[in-house]
Amino acid sequence: MSARVAVALRVRVDPVACDAYGYCAELLPERVSLDEWGYPVVDGRPLEAGLVEMARRAAAECPRRAFIVDRDARAT
Amino acid sequence: MIAATSTTTSEAIWYVIRSTGVVALVLLTVTTVLGLAAAARVRTRRWPAFAQVELHKRATMLALVFLGLHVLSAVVDSYVHVGLVAVVVPFTSSYRPLWTGLGAVAVDLLIAVAVSSALRQRIAPDLWRRLHWLAYGCWPFAMAHALGTGTDAGQLWMDAIAAVCTLAVAVALAWRILEHRTALDAAARVGATTRAVPARHRSGPPSGLRRSPRSSTGAAPRSYPPTGTDRTPTTTQLLERDHR
Amino acid sequence: MTAATLPRVQRLLHAGPGVATDPGLAGHLALHGPVAVPGRRDAAWAGALLAEVSASGLTGRGGGGFPAAAKWEALRRSGRRPVVVVNAMEGEPASAKDRTLLTWTPHLVLDGAELVAVLAGARSVAVCVADDRDGTARAVEAAIAERAGRPGAPAMSVLRPPARYVTGEESALAHWIADGDARPVLRVDKSLPLRAGRRTVLVHNAETLAQVALIARHGAGWFRSVGTDEAPGTTLVTVTGGVQAPGVVEVELGTPVADVVQRCGPSGPIAGFLVGGYGGAWLAPELASTPYAPTPLARAGATHGVGIVVALPTTSCGIAETARIARWMAGQSAGQCGPCVYGLPALADDLELLAAGRADGSVVGRLDQRARSVVGRGACRHPDGVARLVRSALSVFAADAGAHAAGRPCDGRHAASVLPFPRTAALGSVAS
Repeated sequence: MSARVAVALRVRVDPVACDAYGYCAELLPERVSLDEWGYPVVDGRPLEAGLVEMARRAAAECPRRAFIVDRDARAT
Repeated sequence: MIAATSTTTSEAIWYVIRSTGVVALVLLTVTTVLGLAAAARVRTRRWPAFAQVELHKRATMLALVFLGLHVLSAVVDSYVHVGLVAVVVPFTSSYRPLWTGLGAVAVDLLIAVAVSSALRQRIAPDLWRRLHWLAYGCWPFAMAHALGTGTDAGQLWMDAIAAVCTLAVAVALAWRILEHRTALDAAARVGATTRAVPARHRSGPPSGLRRSPRSSTGAAPRSYPPTGTDRTPTTTQLLERDHR
Repeated sequence: MTAATLPRVQRLLHAGPGVATDPGLAGHLALHGPVAVPGRRDAAWAGALLAEVSASGLTGRGGGGFPAAAKWEALRRSGRRPVVVVNAMEGEPASAKDRTLLTWTPHLVLDGAELVAVLAGARSVAVCVADDRDGTARAVEAAIAERAGRPGAPAMSVLRPPARYVTGEESALAHWIADGDARPVLRVDKSLPLRAGRRTVLVHNAETLAQVALIARHGAGWFRSVGTDEAPGTTLVTVTGGVQAPGVVEVELGTPVADVVQRCGPSGPIAGFLVGGYGGAWLAPELASTPYAPTPLARAGATHGVGIVVALPTTSCGIAETARIARWMAGQSAGQCGPCVYGLPALADDLELLAAGRADGSVVGRLDQRARSVVGRGACRHPDGVARLVRSALSVFAADAGAHAAGRPCDGRHAASVLPFPRTAALGSVAS
């Protein structure tokens, strides 16, 4: 039986590039919240289909390009 | 063969030049203020930062449209001799070279900023940032051009518009500078780790493995006002007092 | 068992009271014998050495604890020629084992480096010694000079990166080698070989390489003849704090923590053990019989980390000492990531308040919540280590923390610190 590979998209933050602008938390509150200093806390669960567009928008808006939408292949 | 332009057509073009110029200036003011506000991390629940940035982008696009009309009508107009070249090469116009030249500088800066922003995802983030700083020059040159070239300069309505625009930009700029100071203070308050670290971490590339060192970003991190103990005066001094 | 009757295992360290060893090449060969290193890359030999080290179960002795051979497999898959880096930075202030090795048996470490270099096809070896450890650097340079001139052997040199805690992190070392900037780099996929600019680097702790040199001579079976099945072999542990003879001891993995401390003669009752380093964790005195090995220590809420045990006497205050560590570690941040730059000083602030008995009632909850929130949000594991230490302190010294939070701090906070800190460190008011 061959394994089916489901490609999941997740979001993550490059902590070195991040400068606490917070656009990601505004655009994708389902996955990103801000800590007391304004830095993002990211929920690494796979994105539902409806969230992908906003996630990509958040990645494009980040002034430091610190917000990343990653392709993550896992065998199901 | 230069066709004889009737006075009304010439006047119409003259009005187009002036009106599109004023509108472009106002839009440029709006986008400058929004850009400064975004950099100053001004945000409320009803005006989130991403909305300000979105408005900033659209205001710039609109400003470019009106600027395009302004420039095009100036070139087409036969009364003033502003060639296409003089639009982008400053101080080469035969009509009021200085003041038109200032406008050309503003156009150049705006083109650089707009093109780099359009290609933002394709260029390095640092390059985009540095080019975007040219935006600081757009508004002053545009305002100087307007006041110097504009036939309407000196008219009450024009002066009023100019005064309001200048005030808006001045306030936004002051806010931006204040925020920068706050960010530096916040970094200093956590023990100057971010300031001291780049110098201490560097000691030059080792011989035999020599490479030109790239500069670190070294920017001070931003922070919302930290809650909790950061505001209390009792940090390291406490235990010192305790130790008498 | 008294210190005198505890079985001593001497594999790496043979010096001791009344026993001096010659750190030079002649003494080294007399003690350990030669090791066969092919002049050029020999696939059969490389495969055999890799199999032997894999079978031995040797894990990294620099704090990471990953199987040593795993890095070699990843490198082989990538097909690149690396530079071998000997990590002797020893940024943990409470550790002295790598310095000890390089001063007393540098050739054992260099043997290991040479073996790994030939196995990986590397042509050069860089020994990284912190820029404030001139004595160690001189010892290594002398040993390198003694070995020079053999055809086919990799070129060896000593590099002096800046002496900061995070410089010992392997991506920071690679970054410094490439750019002169000793700050850690975010690594998304740790299974890929480490890069320094265009080069690939293979970083190993000095003690790990010394163990490789012994395995190459005596085999995996010999290596596994001491220690436990899960954690075979010996490890070097630096014991400091409330002991009469602080120093570096070599113990079998799995030796109870209390026995490790016993080797150095505790000078009184112990309130707790700091295990694994300043990025490690506290261990309660009731758990003193916990074997010094990764799994038992993890189950006890501690961590193996770098071989370090600091015995905290009951005359000291665990909260105050944790506050000092947190303040120092906050200052050692590379300053790249917000949660570390802001989170660690906030933890240190709260701990100092707690130690002084001036904190409000919510401080313990706040400390725990903040410690949890910084984990995994930096480019390196620096904040993770501090968070683990702080949470373990709140657990091990829970009664003490309660009293401090209620405004009844213990007198131990006035005691001089038993923790070592580098002299140049800015520690605020509680510098030892």
